[in-house]
Amino acid sequence: MLKSASLAFFLFVFWLLMSGIYEPFLMGAGLGSSLFVVWIARRMELVDAEGHPAHLGPAALTYWPWLVKEIVLSALAVTRIILDPKLPISPTLVRFRPRQTTTVGLVTHANSITLTPGTISLEVAPGEFLVHALTREGAQAVTDSEMDRRVERFEAGR
Amino acid sequence: MTLLVDVLSWACFVAGGFFCIVGAAGMLRMPDVYTRMHAASVIETLGAGLMLAGMMLQAGLTLVTVKLAVIALLVMFASPTASHALARAAMVRGVEPLLDRGEGASKP
Repeated sequence: MLKSASLAFFLFVFWLLMSGIYEPFLMGAGLGSSLFVVWIARRMELVDAEGHPAHLGPAALTYWPWLVKEIVLSALAVTRIILDPKLPISPTLVRFRPRQTTTVGLVTHANSITLTPGTISLEVAPGEFLVHALTREGAQAVTDSEMDRRVERFEAGR
Repeated sequence: MTLLVDVLSWACFVAGGFFCIVGAAGMLRMPDVYTRMHAASVIETLGAGLMLAGMMLQAGLTLVTVKLAVIALLVMFASPTASHALARAAMVRGVEPLLDRGEGASKP
């Protein structure tokens, strides 16, 4: 019930921010739509730790800035490779065991790997990731990485 | 103050455009589908990100900036999902990635 209330709250705030017109009718329509969506989501049994991971909000505030920094650094590295006349790539596949146990944690880790230029997650399963990296160094850097540890902390909500 | 914001936002636009061009050049230079996707991810992260940052500076503290932030969030969630689906589809269809095997062989 608490999760449903929180989902309705976030949906209504989203409506208010996207609409920007604060008339009684439109705000009432927004409230009605939010409650209707929550009702549908409850019927589909989507309102759980996976469908509405509100408990990860505070952890995201520390994880996302770090991820943005990583993305910028690896994007610059890939840019340097593209602009190098010799195109110094050494594509490598690497299979490793991620530390995460929850679905949200595994998806966050896999998406973070794909989001950082130079690495793409090809296969994602509990306890096994297959990653394609643009360089051999990039492939070595994804196994037992700082990202792995940070996402482990993130999925625990810390 | 407006001049400073204008200069900063145009710097973001120019840098974002530069990374879009670099990503496009990378997509042409790379040898196979997987390495090309690495080049494309420069466009969707730094290219789109800097463009959105420049637009946010132009919009200032308004609801437009909030909407741009929501777009940035959407790109950050949707683009890795799409990239993963594309790479996996190529994998399932049996597209073998070009791999670097020999020592010092930097161009496969």
